[in-house]
Amino acid sequence: MSTTEALPQAYGRVIDPYSLGRDRRGDAGGGRIYVTGRGEGGPASRRVIVGFGFWIFLLSDIVMFSVFFAAHAVLQTETAGGPSGRELFNPSHIAIETACLLASSFTCGMAAVAIEARSQAWTQVSLLITGLLGLAFVVLEAGDFATMIREGAGPDRSAFLSSFFAVVGLHGLHVSAGLLWLGTMMAQVFVKGFRPDILHRLLCFNLFWHVLDIIWVALFTLVYLVGALR
Amino acid sequence: MLGKLTLQAIPFDHPVPLFAGSFVVLVVLCVVVWIALKGYVPYLWREWITSVDHKRIGVMYVLLACLMMLRGFIDAIMMRSQQTFAFHAAGYLPPEHFDQIFSAHGTIMIFFAAMPFMIGLMNFAVPLQLGVRDVAFPTLNNTSFWLTCVGALLINLSLLVGEFARTGWIPYPPLSELTYSPGVGVDYYLWSLLISGVGTLLTGINFVTTILKIRAPGMSYTRMPMFCWTALASNLLIVAAFPILTATLAMLTLDRYLGFHFFSNEAGGNPMMFVNLIWAWGHPEVYILVLPAFGIFAEVISTFSNRPLFGYRSMVIATMAFVIVTYTVWLHHFFTMGAGADVNGIFGIATTIIGLITGVKVFNWLFTMYGGRIVFASPMLWSIGFLVTFCIGGVTGMLLAVPPADFLVHNSTFLVAHFHNVIIGGVIFAGFAGLTYWFPKAFGFRLDEGWGKAAFWLTLIGFYVVFVPLYITGLQGMPRRMQHYDFALWHPWIVAAAFGIVLLFCAMVCQVIQLRVSIRHRDELRDDTGDPWNGRSLEWATASPAPAFNFAVLPRVHGAEPYWEIKRRAIETQQTAEPQYEPIELSRNSPVGVITAFFAFFVGFAMIWHIWWMAILGVVGAYAAFVWFAWRDVEDYTISAAEVAQLDRARRRVHEEWLTQHARELA
Amino acid sequence: MRYMSGCFCAPPVAFLASKCLQLLPIITIPTALLALLAGCSGGVLDPQGPIGAADNKILFNALGIVLAIVGPTIVAVLIFAWWFRASNTRARYLPDWVFSGRIELLSWGIPLLIIVFLGGVIWVGAHQLDPYRPIASQNKSINVQVVSLDWKWLFIYPDHGIASVNELVVPAGVPVHFSLTSASVMNMFFVPQLGSMIMTMNGMVTQLYLQADQAGDFYGESTQYSGEGFSGMNFVLRAVPQDEFERWVAAARQSGPELDRASYIAVSQQSQNVRPFTYRVVDPNLFDEIVTRRIPPGPGPQAGRGGPSVHPRAEH
Repeated sequence: MSTTEALPQAYGRVIDPYSLGRDRRGDAGGGRIYVTGRGEGGPASRRVIVGFGFWIFLLSDIVMFSVFFAAHAVLQTETAGGPSGRELFNPSHIAIETACLLASSFTCGMAAVAIEARSQAWTQVSLLITGLLGLAFVVLEAGDFATMIREGAGPDRSAFLSSFFAVVGLHGLHVSAGLLWLGTMMAQVFVKGFRPDILHRLLCFNLFWHVLDIIWVALFTLVYLVGALR
Repeated sequence: MLGKLTLQAIPFDHPVPLFAGSFVVLVVLCVVVWIALKGYVPYLWREWITSVDHKRIGVMYVLLACLMMLRGFIDAIMMRSQQTFAFHAAGYLPPEHFDQIFSAHGTIMIFFAAMPFMIGLMNFAVPLQLGVRDVAFPTLNNTSFWLTCVGALLINLSLLVGEFARTGWIPYPPLSELTYSPGVGVDYYLWSLLISGVGTLLTGINFVTTILKIRAPGMSYTRMPMFCWTALASNLLIVAAFPILTATLAMLTLDRYLGFHFFSNEAGGNPMMFVNLIWAWGHPEVYILVLPAFGIFAEVISTFSNRPLFGYRSMVIATMAFVIVTYTVWLHHFFTMGAGADVNGIFGIATTIIGLITGVKVFNWLFTMYGGRIVFASPMLWSIGFLVTFCIGGVTGMLLAVPPADFLVHNSTFLVAHFHNVIIGGVIFAGFAGLTYWFPKAFGFRLDEGWGKAAFWLTLIGFYVVFVPLYITGLQGMPRRMQHYDFALWHPWIVAAAFGIVLLFCAMVCQVIQLRVSIRHRDELRDDTGDPWNGRSLEWATASPAPAFNFAVLPRVHGAEPYWEIKRRAIETQQTAEPQYEPIELSRNSPVGVITAFFAFFVGFAMIWHIWWMAILGVVGAYAAFVWFAWRDVEDYTISAAEVAQLDRARRRVHEEWLTQHARELA
Repeated sequence: MRYMSGCFCAPPVAFLASKCLQLLPIITIPTALLALLAGCSGGVLDPQGPIGAADNKILFNALGIVLAIVGPTIVAVLIFAWWFRASNTRARYLPDWVFSGRIELLSWGIPLLIIVFLGGVIWVGAHQLDPYRPIASQNKSINVQVVSLDWKWLFIYPDHGIASVNELVVPAGVPVHFSLTSASVMNMFFVPQLGSMIMTMNGMVTQLYLQADQAGDFYGESTQYSGEGFSGMNFVLRAVPQDEFERWVAAARQSGPELDRASYIAVSQQSQNVRPFTYRVVDPNLFDEIVTRRIPPGPGPQAGRGGPSVHPRAEH
């Protein structure tokens, strides 16, 4: 989707003609394009389009999570005579999982820096560490789930446990899918280098991983902390 | 090995579905064989199935919609005829079938007829109206279409293999839980909608990004056509509402498959929560359907009144207000669940606010007609029919928004008549208006007007003959979904409604004849200039049918009605300067969409029948398809400047001839 | 215009039917009147009790308020469409008129006024006709506990110690206080001529107050689809004079089975088209046990259990 007009630029970087709040500036040679923030600059660049589209997807994913959060809010007291959160949650495991995930977000940020510097080695290393930390998170969480099911506190025991397994499990599923994606990205960067479309995908992965972290923070607070207090 | 699937899944002892299913399979097989024998497969594969061109995808969506509307209409014929015969009698459809039929009717009409119709028209027209070459993510667009097809395929498969849900198109628990619906019916429903829901969500993301980030130079937000604003609103709603549907259906799936207790009667489940969640999606869904319809009418009324749209900014504000307000009214779908007077009152008042903003739009369309020179082509007839019919539907909607009134007619045929009033009067009329309006742009020739008008009148009259009696029986206390009844007062009206179905059937026949006649006479109906209706927006600035790249040179937008300005200038100066042609890059076709959908179908089918190995293989296959697609190195193909120039010069020549011929007429 | 010449087969249908545009108002008004007349007996528009009558009044008030604006709008659509047709040279052509402050004020203001009125009707009506709100009456109300089963209705009279299936006998002129629940799936209790409907759900109790002013038989039904036997799930509400009601209660106490936990579980199995019958004595805690799920919810279809069932059918 190329256009026949030069893309508006400022400070040597392509700017988004549709960003709100921009003042009149941006002059792509000859003063032909005014970038007023009202979207008059013609189609945005591919990077802006891919990033924006992925953000919209992430927002929709957050809506989906919020439905599961809402269900948990309704069902969290319905223990049907079975175990409640306080009896089940393993605080040390949860702390380790949180630490792993937050650390992996940090290493993901390091990977973004390495990508900017176009360093293949550092990119692979930081992505690998991100993946290992994420894997640790998933393994721990799966272990917790297995223990709970073995002890008779599986999702079929009560509505509270159903909604707990669903909301935490949904997050775990997203992390697992992210790990699969991460592995694919590592392979792609290795084989194809820092091509523009690969860079766009890495940008998307970065966003995805950080948003998963944010959702974990919400999960951790609303499900575990609030649940343990109950 | 094959999970729950056995030969008993095929309804050998039930003649109606067996015959219907076999007939469809036979027809499909014949068509496929004919296509293969005629050698059309490479053409279809290259030009349509793997096409990432938004115009092609739009046409395929509309085709899907029309086919599914036919299937849903046949269900409707069966329902009306069963009720005609089943007064103090059993009728010809036992409850197990009748219940599947009304569930399938609703599901198919909403998800696989109305949605694809509107999405198809948006797909076709929005990039053209924005003056750009394609949507933000063309391959994703193709994938969305095929995922929707998989959903439609699964539902239709349930006719022959297994059964469909017997819960209504919204499967309230506990009826839809495993205890009360132990068969595969609800599973067909769930997987069909989970898969096609992903497709719809991807469409939403695609169009929000396109409309907000990809427009012709100079097209600021306030210069976008009204259809693009309503498309934006509808797709924002899709992005925000379809995750709710996916999540809620996923919860029901977990209940049924893994014994979770989200909505069960025991262990603390909460069926009322399902009702709340599903309608939190359900109400935005109907606005997802009707907002593009509003946009189509804005375009059509403006064009055929030969006037610009009245109150553009007001319309934009009203449209975007819909996006917010539609999330505040969901409880009006279950006033009778006993939430209490305060809650019922608040949601009732919120519902009237929606009536307010709809009213604003109706007035704006009304005053677009005022001072116009109205031409009664069939799109305009559909629009006028819409204005009258939708207003009546709105009246009954406002009645239903008043809780005490709703307590009398909830879940009766009055409610059924109301929502058919607004969906048929709004969405279906818009679909046909948009279809007729944009048909020349898609195929290069117009549809035959005579048969189009016949179809319109038969649809309009048939609609009233079916649904006014249903309003009456609703006021006489008749609930919806009755397989048989003994109440004498209802019977004459039910018989009257059956006559209406005959009229609607004739209307459908007229539509089919219209298509055939138009194709046969396409040379006389040819649209040479690309602007058969004297249009005002950018899609009419390019040839008919539009070339793959839409515009040889992206148009620069200077005024509120982009193409009107261009035309005026061209007429005034009596010349159009030849632009500077440059090579154009377009996205390459890709089979990843249809391959992913292929695997998705097997995942869905396997999950329904508990064939776990097939489900896992399907997921692996879909992932492998993604990775294979992600590995490709060449994403675009280039059309050289010379080729673009050659194609465009042909168009310009015809246009200039037309300009000289009609200069006096238009000045 | 060019495209008007593309008419190849102008079927007679189109020509004849096009006359209907002019006839449309002439058709719809008598139809509407006819509809009203036809609906005016035996249904929702023929209320026989105070709740129904009040619901009706609100329905018509709301209709009037909304029609006040929509009626003229529809007429305006037809008039504008006809007057501003291209062939009418007397009509003014305004090719550039796109904004008028006055019209904007009206097009936002008038609907706003309408929703203020309607909002008032809604708020007041929702409170006055809240199903949970008792009917003011000199007569003491009687209590009926309603359990929706698959696919019949169980009416328990806790004050009288009897129960009835598919037949609801109440004294005329006396408010009846319903407490409703469901044995299994959601249903909706509705007597069209007496007024509001209310949902029944397992594990919950909803409340409703109705009153039949005169003696008579009234059609009762469920309006929430609940499965195969849903169409047969109607009952008769018989409003009778007080003394006849006493006699009916006394007669019911003489014969018929007992309603206790075991017989309740038996009756909650799926069955259709059950003829009305009564129970001579009822366990006073039964309703409570149903609501608190000490008695488990009714079972689903039993056919095909023990193997994968593709087409489960309920027992008849």
